[in-house]
Amino acid sequence: MFVQPPKGVRSRLIAVTVDGEEVLIPEGSSAALAAMQASPTGTRRSPATGQARAPYCMMGACFECLLEIDGVPSLQGCLIVVRPGMTICRPQGAREIPDA
Amino acid sequence: MIRPADQFDVAVVGGGIVGSSIALGLMERGQRVLLLDEGDLAHRAARANFGLVWLQSKGDGMPAYMRWTRRSTDLWPAFADQLRQMTGVDVEYRRKGGVYYCLGEADFDARRRKVASMRAQADVFDTEMLDRTGLERLMPGVRFGREVVGASYCHRDGDCNPLRLLQALHTVLLRLGVDHRIGAPVERVEAVAGAFRIQSQSGFFESGKVVIAAGHGSPALAEQLGLPSPIRSERGQILVTERVRPFLPLPGSGIRQTADGTILIGSSSENVGFDDRTTVAVGAGMAARALRVLPSLAGLRLNRTWSGFRVLTPDKHPVYAESSRYPGAFIALCHSGVTLAAAHAGDFAEAVARGSLGAFLDQFHAERFDVRSAA
Repeated sequence: MFVQPPKGVRSRLIAVTVDGEEVLIPEGSSAALAAMQASPTGTRRSPATGQARAPYCMMGACFECLLEIDGVPSLQGCLIVVRPGMTICRPQGAREIPDA
Repeated sequence: MIRPADQFDVAVVGGGIVGSSIALGLMERGQRVLLLDEGDLAHRAARANFGLVWLQSKGDGMPAYMRWTRRSTDLWPAFADQLRQMTGVDVEYRRKGGVYYCLGEADFDARRRKVASMRAQADVFDTEMLDRTGLERLMPGVRFGREVVGASYCHRDGDCNPLRLLQALHTVLLRLGVDHRIGAPVERVEAVAGAFRIQSQSGFFESGKVVIAAGHGSPALAEQLGLPSPIRSERGQILVTERVRPFLPLPGSGIRQTADGTILIGSSSENVGFDDRTTVAVGAGMAARALRVLPSLAGLRLNRTWSGFRVLTPDKHPVYAESSRYPGAFIALCHSGVTLAAAHAGDFAEAVARGSLGAFLDQFHAERFDVRSAA
């Protein structure tokens, strides 16, 4: 997933939004990569400590890449391939339990 | 004794929560302690459990176990403070009370009968029944499912982070100078001239006393020392959700929210030997029940599941015994190592250091099973 296309080969860029900002990213990238590109210093805040966190394993194991994608919270961004127009939000703090 | 002074006063076999708690109590009493841990292949209940520090439901049919549990939970606040002071590790102990949710009138009635029966058995049992209104008053803002008619409630119940507990115990033991051998499965223990010779994969050791507290690893060693070890394994599975804003103020039967916001969902019981897989069928059943109690958990993401093996005696109460053939050899078997940690570090360690379990702990001898089968 970290392999860059060979020189001279142009992958198609597609547009997604990360917290409302448009991000252009090669087709086939993960949502986690889009979030990192938009925000290299952290893609979420820990719900437990408030600490800034970023994707770590990029293979579905560490849960550091949690993102809200198209309105669905707490998705593992590294496992989701970007689609044109995808809306990605970086979680800030703990998810609320609905009407608890 | 013919031999020179033994290297250790006590060897504790088992580096989980039970063995580590006992080792801590022995160190505090000036004993030189060897703590032997099998390693990562062991069936580590200390790393798989739910983390309740729990009285209600414990000791039905055995008032001594109710008293013992009460004793440990009364020691727990000071125990947790001591661990924090000595290690800086917060084991996240809370004693705000705990509930057992009842789904439907039949469930509520059965629980009420059990609570009444246990109250009649021992004066230390102070669990009460709450109807739905009482439960809602206890946990304001929590929306319960339609079927929840009430709960039993014990104000002395609580919970902790069992992994932090194990970390704190190991940290404090290291600081006190315990000889902690990890990856040291014990193959043989024999009594030699009033002491014990322990053969492990990390070498031979000698000690004046030995305590077997190795959970499911205990029977093979107990047999060599003439100690009883009537245990079977019971698989329990746990579901772990993502972290959410704290909304559940009290731990409950099968559902609790950790200090970090994770919801833990249990509790299942299966007799499958040592098959440590998790299954979708059991997980789905636990999730379905949790949703009947707390519908707002729907939509939460599960991050992982795991399973572990309870250490169960025939009546599910602990077994403590000293070998009559080899005095100085003790065994401690229980499935409530977290709840009983404070008493293991306190009274039980005191008894081992003294060299006699005494009248109270003698009630936990496995002879009770022989009496029952003979009657």
